[in-house]
Amino acid sequence: MLLSQTQAGHREKQQCAQSTGLISALQRPALLYNLCSVSVTFRLRDDSWYYPASFRRRMPAPIRLRELIRTIRTARTQAEEREMIQKECAAIRSSFREEDNTYRCRNVAKLLYMHMLGYPAHFGQLECLKLIASQKFTDKRIGYLGAMLLLDERQDVHLLMTNCIKNDLNHSTQYVQGLALCTLGCMGSSEMCRDLAGEVEKLLKTSNSYLRKKAALCAVHVIRKVPELMEMFLPATKNLLSEKNHGVLHTSVVLLTEMCERSPDMLAHFRKLVPQLVRILKNLIMSGYSPEHDVSGISDPFLQVRILRLLRILGKSDDDSSEAMNDILAQVATNTETSKNVGNAILYETVLTIMDIKSESGLRVLAINILGRFLLNNDKNIRYVALTSLLKTVQTDHNAVQRHRSTIVDCLKDLDVSIKRRAMELSFALVNGNNIRGMMKELLYFLDSCDPEFKADCASGVFLAAEKYAPSKRWHIDTIMRVLTTAGSYVRDDSVPNLIQLITNSVEMHAYTVQRLYKALLDDISQQPLVQVASWCTGEYGDLLVSGQCEEEEPIQVTEDEVLDVLEGLLVSNLSTPVTRGYALTAIMKLSTRFNSVNRIKKVVSIYGSSIDVELQQRAVEYNALFKKYDHMRPALLERMPIMEKTSTNGPTEIVQTNGESEPSVVEPKHLPPVSQPSNQANDLLDLLGGNDVPVIQTTLPTKPASAGGELLDLLGDLSLSSNSVPPAPSLPVAQPPFLLDGLSSPPLFNDIAAAGIPSMTAYNKNGLKIDFTFERANPNPNIAVITIHASNTTEAEMTDFVFQAAVPKTFQLQLLSPSSNVVPALNQGTVTQVIRVLNPQKQHLRMRIKLTYTHKGSPVQDLAETAALKLHGNQQSI
Amino acid sequence: MQQQIIRETFHLVSKRDDNVCNFLEGGSLIGGSDYKLIYRHYATLYFVFCVDSSESELGILDLIQVFVETLDKCFENVCELDLIFHMDKVHYILQEVVMGGMVLETNMNEIVAQVEVQNRMEKSEGGLSAAPARAVSAVKNMNLPEIPRNINIGDINIKVPSLSPF
Repeated sequence: MLLSQTQAGHREKQQCAQSTGLISALQRPALLYNLCSVSVTFRLRDDSWYYPASFRRRMPAPIRLRELIRTIRTARTQAEEREMIQKECAAIRSSFREEDNTYRCRNVAKLLYMHMLGYPAHFGQLECLKLIASQKFTDKRIGYLGAMLLLDERQDVHLLMTNCIKNDLNHSTQYVQGLALCTLGCMGSSEMCRDLAGEVEKLLKTSNSYLRKKAALCAVHVIRKVPELMEMFLPATKNLLSEKNHGVLHTSVVLLTEMCERSPDMLAHFRKLVPQLVRILKNLIMSGYSPEHDVSGISDPFLQVRILRLLRILGKSDDDSSEAMNDILAQVATNTETSKNVGNAILYETVLTIMDIKSESGLRVLAINILGRFLLNNDKNIRYVALTSLLKTVQTDHNAVQRHRSTIVDCLKDLDVSIKRRAMELSFALVNGNNIRGMMKELLYFLDSCDPEFKADCASGVFLAAEKYAPSKRWHIDTIMRVLTTAGSYVRDDSVPNLIQLITNSVEMHAYTVQRLYKALLDDISQQPLVQVASWCTGEYGDLLVSGQCEEEEPIQVTEDEVLDVLEGLLVSNLSTPVTRGYALTAIMKLSTRFNSVNRIKKVVSIYGSSIDVELQQRAVEYNALFKKYDHMRPALLERMPIMEKTSTNGPTEIVQTNGESEPSVVEPKHLPPVSQPSNQANDLLDLLGGNDVPVIQTTLPTKPASAGGELLDLLGDLSLSSNSVPPAPSLPVAQPPFLLDGLSSPPLFNDIAAAGIPSMTAYNKNGLKIDFTFERANPNPNIAVITIHASNTTEAEMTDFVFQAAVPKTFQLQLLSPSSNVVPALNQGTVTQVIRVLNPQKQHLRMRIKLTYTHKGSPVQDLAETAALKLHGNQQSI
Repeated sequence: MQQQIIRETFHLVSKRDDNVCNFLEGGSLIGGSDYKLIYRHYATLYFVFCVDSSESELGILDLIQVFVETLDKCFENVCELDLIFHMDKVHYILQEVVMGGMVLETNMNEIVAQVEVQNRMEKSEGGLSAAPARAVSAVKNMNLPEIPRNINIGDINIKVPSLSPF
């Protein structure tokens, strides 16, 4: 649909105004004479505005529209123009107040001009109404135009208008009727449509083609506003297609399309029209030259395009209709002359129709080939639509599109941004395991040279494609590094943790990677994501770097001091962001166990203990404590990170695999050290680390430090030993959600801590066996809920062979970890616990069916139960 | 809002080269990704249409051409000043081409004929600018010479290309 006509018209004219403004110097001399005289008269009139009202009655008529325009165009500044407009508005207002019927239309016309320039003109709304009610055609015409431009749907004036329009729809002059139809079809509210639908329907059956075509479009508007009125127009559609007039045909097809799109019943009903539509189309192609409808040698391309669009809707997933139109589509596709835009417009629609309906395979190949030909066309517009439609078909006809790959890749080099963007999207859609190396080379080249607006999208496209189809780890790392060096500042935040994870997991590539990254660091420290990854790796694998063990490449010779120099350089560089500095400091700290220059590192760390940056200071102070009080634990804490299990980077579809039952999220801490930031927990932490005796670092699951972190805290506390995260980490998750997430899952995690507060519930209580659920969300993935079941036994005999099973609906995924025991002790003397992890990507309420089997007093017992819908509060997380 | 859209659109469209394609993907300002700006450039004028996916992109290009040719016929060698000084007439012509955001008529002769009949009706009533008898003498001073048709103002006359280069 076109933007509502008045706005579209507006826009054009505004552009006229602007462009004339640009060349006003050219025009002014020609108009000089006129302008002078206008300004003189204007001044005369100026004075007159201050005359008392009694005078004004004898006052000259308001200036004409043309003079107003001319005057306004003499304005040299915005302020001058505004002043003129204000004066004129005042005059118009007073004229309106005096109920001056003679000049009302002129005044409204002027108001419309001001409205076009962007000045408020809504005080003229009621005057438009008065004009519409007038007997004169001139008045009605400008009145309706004003109504379309100045009124919007909310106006109360609408109610008043309904009656006027109703009268005019039954007027004896077709043009008055036409005006009323046009206005109704443009701005009619749903109440208006309800009231006037009957009149529209009557006009739809008239034999007057001027009114009939307008009534058809008006009917479309009515249906859009009040869909239940659709039925009403059904009888009138019967004869629409037998009409000879192309305007009526065109608008009828629009009406039919609208009805088909809105209701499946109508769609089925109108399928019987396919042969008739095919005949009309055939006549258009075969008719030869008709001066009436010819556009560059083709007979009414607009109608052809419309019919092809309707056929597309009718033939979609319907074998019979598709069959009926196969022939004509083939005819259009082969017979249309394509040297001009019009021909291509028709061909383009034909291709789209062929791809959408159930067409023969030969026809589909023909269609794709036409698009291929379009790609080679000199006209950019044609190339653009070809790329757009190939993008639509790439999912269904992947191989056919694949054949045009090289042409598509060439379009990446086009100068036009619209084409480039389409080509980029299409190129990513075409990447697969076979062509990844070649395609990626092109895309990386594109990334290098493209405008900044493309870089972010292109970079994430490359990451995704590389992850999906990377032929080797080394290639994958190289590719990501290439992206970081060329478009580092445009990549999304999550790419840093992703890359770090990738590197950690490719054990055999460590030496190579760290060497490459170190070199990149020497070249350029302005690309923050690259610098962050590089510092992390240097910290982690600094020993490999210095020992020069690289097999893939010529090893470089660096000393420990050089490496430290570089990292210290990052700490002081102006280019570094606070986050980067955090990475650098942590890297230096890690090197204290990998290098011999411990004293130097101690010094650096202590310097930053008084850093102005709270975050850096906190880190430095904590690291300092590690050197002193907890020096015995330092080597263990700073040990190399374990290999991380793969977490999904494409959303929460995969459940996170864990290393063991008691440590459900061993993967978390890897991002913690570098990113801690000033947080309100800092004080707690410092207390913990500093004076008091609580050995936080050694906390294991059962002991909870008394700080805000709750479960998360002890979880991390537990982890810090095994995965050598640095001690400050534990409290950070509260303040720093994104980094807990392993990169890709999203920030909402932050709120999920609320989930820890979900009250526990009793899921089952029967025959002395009681099962309680407790909930927590100690996991990086917000969609995963961890439920711990506690089974207790109040009877005097113990329950043996206890097995708890659970089933959930298909939208969930369930993981049952092994239970603490299979014996539930008697008399509540202990509980059996078991952890269930539920992945709930759609965040629905969870219904769980549980099955219990155990042996009680020698006899086997089996029972089924269903839990109530469980919902986690806070952040709409439900389990 | 309206002015902002116009400004932004003008800014976007006017900085585009002549040899790039005539489509611009919709931003949030014009209603999202389903909408496109489709424009044609005539000398110093841009004709911009904003359409959703229910219209054929290439078809709209032809429609703009039809509209401009119609303007040319109605104004006899249309120039920018015609459009500025007769914005009401431009609206009337557009109303015969597009109605309620949908294409109404593409037959140029038909459009011109209908517009002319209506203009004649208006004229027979005295027209918008007809001064009634009681208009006072002061108006006479302002009875400026009509703007000559086809004012010669350098090259800003819109040269409406014939359809052949299409």
